[in-house]
Amino acid sequence: MTDSKTTNSNTLTESKNMKPTQLTTRQKVELSLSRRRAAETRFRMYGMASVFFGMLCLVVLFTDIASKGTAAFKQTSLKTEIFLDSSYLGLTKDSKVDEVRFANFEGLIKRQFAKNFKPSGRKETRELFKLISPGASWQIQEALLANPEVLDTTISIELLMDDDVDQWFKHDRDLSTDETNDRLSTKQLSWLNNWVEEGRLDTHFNTLFFTNGDSREPELAGIHGAIKGTLLTLMVTLLLSFPIGVAAAIYLEEFAPRNRMTEIVEININNLAAVPSIIFGLLGMAIFINVFGVSRSTPLLGGLVLTLMTLPTIIISARAAIKSVPPSIREAAYGLGASKNQVVFHHVLPLAMPGMLTGTILGMAQALGETAPLLMIGMVAFVVDVPGFINDPSTVLPVQIFLWSDSPERAFMERTSGAILVLLSFLVLMNTTAVILRRRLERRW
Amino acid sequence: MHSLPDHYGTLMALWTGVPALILLMTWHLLEAPVIDYLLIAQLPAEIQAADSAQIQLAISKVYNLASSSGLTADPSLMPAVEHLAALNERTAILNSGIALSLCLVCFVITYRRIQPKLRARTEMESIVNLLLLSSSGIAVLTTVGILASVLFEAWMFFQQISPIDFLFGTTWSPQVALRADQSGSSGSFGAVPLFAGTLLISLIAMVIAVPIGLMAAIYLSEYASSSVRKYAKPALEVLAGIPTVVYGFFAALTVAPFIRMLGTDLGLEVSSESALAAGLVMGVMIIPFVSSLSDDVINAVPQSMRDGSYGLGATKNETIRQVIIPAALPGIVGAVMLAVSRAIGETMIVAMAAGLAANLTANPLDSVTTVTVQIVTLLVGDQEFDSPKTLAAFALGLVLFLVTLILNFVALKIVQKYREQYD
Repeated sequence: MTDSKTTNSNTLTESKNMKPTQLTTRQKVELSLSRRRAAETRFRMYGMASVFFGMLCLVVLFTDIASKGTAAFKQTSLKTEIFLDSSYLGLTKDSKVDEVRFANFEGLIKRQFAKNFKPSGRKETRELFKLISPGASWQIQEALLANPEVLDTTISIELLMDDDVDQWFKHDRDLSTDETNDRLSTKQLSWLNNWVEEGRLDTHFNTLFFTNGDSREPELAGIHGAIKGTLLTLMVTLLLSFPIGVAAAIYLEEFAPRNRMTEIVEININNLAAVPSIIFGLLGMAIFINVFGVSRSTPLLGGLVLTLMTLPTIIISARAAIKSVPPSIREAAYGLGASKNQVVFHHVLPLAMPGMLTGTILGMAQALGETAPLLMIGMVAFVVDVPGFINDPSTVLPVQIFLWSDSPERAFMERTSGAILVLLSFLVLMNTTAVILRRRLERRW
Repeated sequence: MHSLPDHYGTLMALWTGVPALILLMTWHLLEAPVIDYLLIAQLPAEIQAADSAQIQLAISKVYNLASSSGLTADPSLMPAVEHLAALNERTAILNSGIALSLCLVCFVITYRRIQPKLRARTEMESIVNLLLLSSSGIAVLTTVGILASVLFEAWMFFQQISPIDFLFGTTWSPQVALRADQSGSSGSFGAVPLFAGTLLISLIAMVIAVPIGLMAAIYLSEYASSSVRKYAKPALEVLAGIPTVVYGFFAALTVAPFIRMLGTDLGLEVSSESALAAGLVMGVMIIPFVSSLSDDVINAVPQSMRDGSYGLGATKNETIRQVIIPAALPGIVGAVMLAVSRAIGETMIVAMAAGLAANLTANPLDSVTTVTVQIVTLLVGDQEFDSPKTLAAFALGLVLFLVTLILNFVALKIVQKYREQYD
């Protein structure tokens, strides 16, 4: 210190001319300051860049999926007049529902289209019919079932178009030729352009996407079945994992003797939380399917596997919640003569409940996004029907996304992104609920 | 009186409900194997004499016949089908009958025990404690179940394929020939290309996640103002909450084509399922994992160490690099190990973005396959349970489980030790 005081009068310009060995400590420090400050700024920039990179990834991911997916919520249809010819359909106004279901609406549409647009030759006829979705005949059937009086009149209806038409109308309409995908012929394009000029092609909100099960036809494929399967699976998971998780947490935190056995259970739970999810799929397959004979592809089986997977998460968060209840509460209850069980169930548990619920919601969010173990237990099956209960074959939303992402059609890619948007909004909903719950109910002692 | 009225009530409810519930559950678990056993006795003698695969086939045929009438049946199976229908009917009646009567018996016994001198609270509490204990036992049972299932199937696999060939062989082509004289695919189970592929992709992910996650954690805990921290930290953690299938979709349809395009522009040959695409996206997924764990350990470094360093004239960055990081190093190593175990076990990103071809390569632009991808491809769909192809998935699962278990165990120990050091 005395050293630097004596050289106080030295200026920096003088010290630069001296040899390094003659530098005093203070001079050394002053010389290095600019370098050290630069290093400081650099280091800070690296940190900011890292945070920024993380955010950027998030933004890119969301915009990419949103830009691909929003179009899935719109569906192209063609405004058409169709004469419901009772003699062709073989129906009367008093026909039963079953008879209407088997009537040849497809033929009716084809006949009408052939008459209106006059394709020449079989190739053109086939091309014309390919523009219409197989779901169109189902639409007319529903219209007739809703109101039998329209038989033998001409109805105006928005007919569902094929996915190729849908993609062209939504994305490539302004291109003179069909460059991006050559799935449409010139004749088909001329029909389509005519319809666009007449203002008959239009997009509507895609209700089918939310009311249909899976389908091989992109324009008919929907996520209703997957959402129902997800809800059923999550219901099983919640009903099993919440009580078991909370009970286990109470035992470990309040009742377990501090011994080697308890320690092993604790280590085991912590390790289980980090086991890859696919291992739980192997477990489900070998134990639940092969030993206990639970049927494959059901929400029951999915729920069992996801329960085992989410249990560690729930136990860990529930224990943290119990730990955060201050000892004064317990002591006050003991002081009034409560038994150990009364203290736990009447006082500690209600106070720890908000924290436990938050942890459970987060565990459920994790289960909602899980795919890999469900692939193992047969939830990848192509299921058209909407599952009714926990023992019907079904699929879940993430697995549906996985299945669709494999399909080559461009329309399926759009639907995959649409399904992802739905999945993400569920997750946002659950996480927001957890955050609000934590803010509202969690007490600071 | 020793107990409150509701203690008596709860005790009654527990004694009436719990034994019957336990009975129903064990019944359901045991029903399928017992029915199978009874059915085998009804099968024609020549099938009974055959091997277990044939018996299994016949049994499933019987189930199909019983559930859907109208199929043309093999007449020799008909006695078994009828027996099954009768059995199903009988078990349903037996099942509910026994459960109900057990309820009733327990109810009567407990009801007669209700006296002022009965220590109902003590008894109820010990039953409740027993239920709590068994709940925490489920976590242990899960581990035992995982080990048992994986070990058993893997042991069956190693009966057919030597473990040496499995662990050190360099050719992976699990397609087993259906007929003995079939040429071509003979089925070889050398898992080295899978391990190499897994390591390559995990390495790429770590190269992204460790520096960025660590720097983000340092910035957020040491530099950022509390308002920035309040929003940036949860925003980063959103990355961890996105389902992996979404990352997989993003990797396969956005990142992989982009890298391929970039590579073609630079004159490089890039596979459409490059390890790079899967690794990059996996790295992004793991960033918040590394950052939140390192954040914890950095925050655990006592303030006095920082103050000491500042007092000696060190800048913030020197303090971080020369005091905080060395002090937090064990914890950071633990965090990285947990992240590695996460990367190794990640399935969906690689299943969608990485390939199936088992190439033994270190070129990140090439297509590689991983342990998890192979488990998925071997097990998705229908499979018979005695072919080495299916069993190989369990052997891979065993390796995966053991490796991640060791990584987690060591990492958790390190983190725990480190926390104790400063507490």
